[in-house]
Formats: sequence, C-alpha cells, structure tokens
Amino acid sequence: MNPLLVAEGLSKFYGARIGCRDVRFALEPGEVLAIVGESGSGKTTLLNLLSGQLAPDSGAVRYRLRDGRTKNLLDLSEAERRLLARTDWGFVHQDARNGLRMGVSAGGNIGERLMGVGDRHYGRIRENAMAWLGRVEIDTGRIDDKPTQFSGGMRQRLQIARNLVTHPRLVFMDEPTGGLDVSVQARLLDLIRGLVADLGLAVVLVTHDLAVARLLSHRILVMKDGHVIEAGLTDRVLDDPQEAYTQLLVSSVLAA
Amino acid sequence: MSRTAENYRGYNFAYLDEQTKRMIRRAILKAIAIPGYQVPFASREMPMPYGWGTGGVQVTAAILGPSDVLKVIDQGADDTTNAVSIRQFFEKTAGVETTTETGKASVIQTRHRIPEAKLQANQVLVYQVPIPEPLRFLEPRETETRTLHALAEYGLMHVRLYEDIAQHGHIAKTYAYPVLVADRYVMDPSPIPKFDNPKMHESAALQLFGAGREKRIYAVPPHTKVVSLDFEDHPFEATKFEQPCALCGAKDSYLDEVITDDRGGRMFVCSDTHHCETRRCEGHLGPLGMPVTEAAE
Repeated sequence: MNPLLVAEGLSKFYGARIGCRDVRFALEPGEVLAIVGESGSGKTTLLNLLSGQLAPDSGAVRYRLRDGRTKNLLDLSEAERRLLARTDWGFVHQDARNGLRMGVSAGGNIGERLMGVGDRHYGRIRENAMAWLGRVEIDTGRIDDKPTQFSGGMRQRLQIARNLVTHPRLVFMDEPTGGLDVSVQARLLDLIRGLVADLGLAVVLVTHDLAVARLLSHRILVMKDGHVIEAGLTDRVLDDPQEAYTQLLVSSVLAA
Repeated sequence: MSRTAENYRGYNFAYLDEQTKRMIRRAILKAIAIPGYQVPFASREMPMPYGWGTGGVQVTAAILGPSDVLKVIDQGADDTTNAVSIRQFFEKTAGVETTTETGKASVIQTRHRIPEAKLQANQVLVYQVPIPEPLRFLEPRETETRTLHALAEYGLMHVRLYEDIAQHGHIAKTYAYPVLVADRYVMDPSPIPKFDNPKMHESAALQLFGAGREKRIYAVPPHTKVVSLDFEDHPFEATKFEQPCALCGAKDSYLDEVITDDRGGRMFVCSDTHHCETRRCEGHLGPLGMPVTEAAE
C-alpha cells in the first residue's frame, strides 16, 4: 500500500499540558478515518497538526503530493502549504461561518478556489458553481443568494461544495454535523457518504458522535487525554471495544 | 525664498522638518524599488484633517525642491477648495512656483484624477489615497492581507469582480478599480475613475501614492506595466461618454455632470479644467461653449 498521509509520532504540548502525544497512523487514499473522544481529548489539536495549521513539538506529517513525492509538511514553505490547502485539501468546519464568506454569494463562495488557482473565465466559473450546487442538492436558482439567507444544513452543504470544487484528495472534517437537527443530519451524512465514495476522497473526520463515525468511517482512533488508546476497523472497535474507556464511550450512546 | 515664505520663517522649507523628510524619502525609495508594495511610514500630524490629503501633502513636502513647479488638482480641477488650499500651503511654506498648466509642472499633487495631457519623464504625480489596501473590504485583518500580498494570493480580488458580474451583469466598479502592478502586486490606484487606469500603464512620469491616515506609501515607477484586473469573458473597459464636453467639444476626456438649473437642466464638461481651457483657447468649441475672447469680456 502507498499511504496518502502518515503521522509519525506526533506530539504537541501546551506548556506542561499535553495536547496530544505520540500519535502515529497511516491514511490510505480513499479511506475515511474517524477520530473520536470526549471534549479536551486532543482531537482538534491532532486535526490542526495534520492539516499543517499547528507545528508539532516532535514527530512529522508526511503527505504524498499529486506529483508522487512524499514530503514532510514542516518542510513545505508557507506558500506551498497554503496552495496545498486550497487545491488538494478541503476543510469542513463545524460552524459554517468559519468556512464560508458570509458576505459573498453562494456562487462566489464556490468559485473562490477556482479563481484562487488562476481561473479567469466568468462563464466557466459560474457553470462549475451551478454544477456543484446541484451535486450538494441546493436549488441552482439560489446561486446569487448569500449564505446568510441559507439554513444551517444548506450552509454546511455549501461549505462542502466550496471545498470539493478543486477536486481535493483529502478532506478534514471537524464535527460536520454538529448543531444540526437529526433529519438534516441524516441527509447531510448521506450526501457526504455518496460524495466520498464517488470521488474517492480520503477523509479525516473528527467527531464525538459515534453514530456519525459508524456511518462514515472505515477506521477509528479513540483518543483520551491526548493519547490514542484504541485504533482499528470501525465495526470492530464499536462492536467489540477492548479498552475500558472505549467500552464506556460505546455504552454511553443513548438508544433511540 | 519668496517674501511670503519669509513670513513663515518659523517653519522649515515645505513645512516638514528634514528628519521627517528623510524618513518619508526612504519609504518612497523602497516603494519605487518594489512597485505596488505598500510601505509603512511614520505619518505625521499635518495642519489639515485626515481625508483632506495628508498623505499626498507629506509625499509632496518630502520631494519638493526650491526649483520645482507645483500643480495641485482636486477631481481634475485647479480651482476647488482642496486644490487651492494645498497650493497656497506650499506657496507659503516652501515659496515654490505654482501653476495650473499640466505641462509646466514638475510635481502634480492630485486627488482622484490623472490629468488628460500625457505626463512626461521629468514629472512626478502624487496621489492622495484614502484606503491603500485593495483587499480591505474583503478581508478586514491587516495581518491576513499582508500575507495574501506576500504570497500573491489574489483569488479574493476576483471574487469581488465575480460578485459584481453576478449582481449587475458587468463589473460595476467605476473608480478605485484594482490593478496588477509589474505582474506582482495588486494595488488600489486611489479613487481615480477607471477611465484613468490605462494612463497608469507605461507612464513616463513617476507615480507616488500617499495615505496619511493609513500610514502607507506606494509607487509605480516610470514605464511599469499596470494591468486592470478582469475576466477573459468580461474584459476591462474604460468608461466611455456618449456626448462631447459641452464647453470644449472634447470627445476623449473624462466628463463631470453639472446641474445647471432646478428643472433638470444639465451639462457634461471636462473634469480636467486646464485641459478644457487649453482646448477652448485653441478654438475648440462645444455645444454650450463660448469663444474665449468673448467670454473674457
């Protein structure tokens, strides 16, 4: 196998406090990895380390670029890292307001990445935006509306379209369904699952919702106090948890 | 030194002290070396409010010499309050010769216009700039806009143009139209009409921009490529006028609309007053113009 992203002994400390410690795993192309754990367990720190937004105190993140070379993210210049982040990666935030330009129309939001990589043809950009609105099930008639006029679920879908327009290979998702009501959540999960399968996306998904992890992910990392305490195939971990904490986590899920 | 300047003996030549001028000149040199890049400088309090051209005045004060001839225009006109005040300011504090003739001036300070007459190699055009950052209304954080400039990430600028087309069917921005300087920095040309944008390209004159409140100086050196941003299928177009100037009949100058009565009467006249006068003296006449000799009587 030829992994897309490899975390090698990632550690990050906030003073004496542990952000995360000695995390290692490999992510294959097209694989969905869920990172679960309670608040403060280091999920977001790990996500920021993986996406190059934080520098680790020790360890490395190796990423295989489109040209086949594998590089340590820390060795990339800021310009290269930012280019990577807006072409080959996507970042779906829990709060769509952090991931969207609220003052810019839906079409402009989707087109931004295209213009960012040098597309200077209005008609083509608009066509592309239309197509993506359709794909994420937003009425194309709303292309010139601003995200402020959209519902929470629509904003989240718009955020996904905005990220996928440059055909990234890796998408980071931070609680993509957080704060949505269950029926909207279900549709969004369905959409994400479809897109991930169609486009062969690799995803690093941070969630505290085990149902979301079960539905979307192939593999799972369970974190506690900055450590990965259990890792494995999603079904195995959720059906047969080995660690006491994982057992607690799984048994804490409310049955409907 | 002229007699009026002697009356202001308490002041240094051209108001600013020499240390301040040195500081501003260093900023100007850096700005010229990096075309379109905004150089921070320690803007001083000037005896006029922010927004009245404090940036331009400081740049002018720093480059002015006793043998310079100064012209000051405001929206193209030599006789509006702002232009008259700044001209008098330098008459008093520097005692330099002033003029309204574009061709005679060695330094031209301008607010919101570029003169119609083609500028020459021995001339310097000083712009007054209210907001130097072209990305400001898209990205409020200064740290972030500086990073975007440093990495030449200008996709955002096109998002703004995209929004215009989506909303209005064409790029609706008619002034302060963003330009790319020397294939590197995106620059706000100050609120000149986009009609003037092509004049910046490969201009023989040095163009300096001063923003007093925002404390930035930037420059376009002579013979530098200046391109207005656009889309392939919505190319940049300078404003065109349907009628000629009512006074001098010019078909290729930027026109101001002037209301002539309270019954809807209006006429369109050159915004560059010196250009209009010159043409009338040469005998050009618009539909509402009078020959110069008659008008004088």
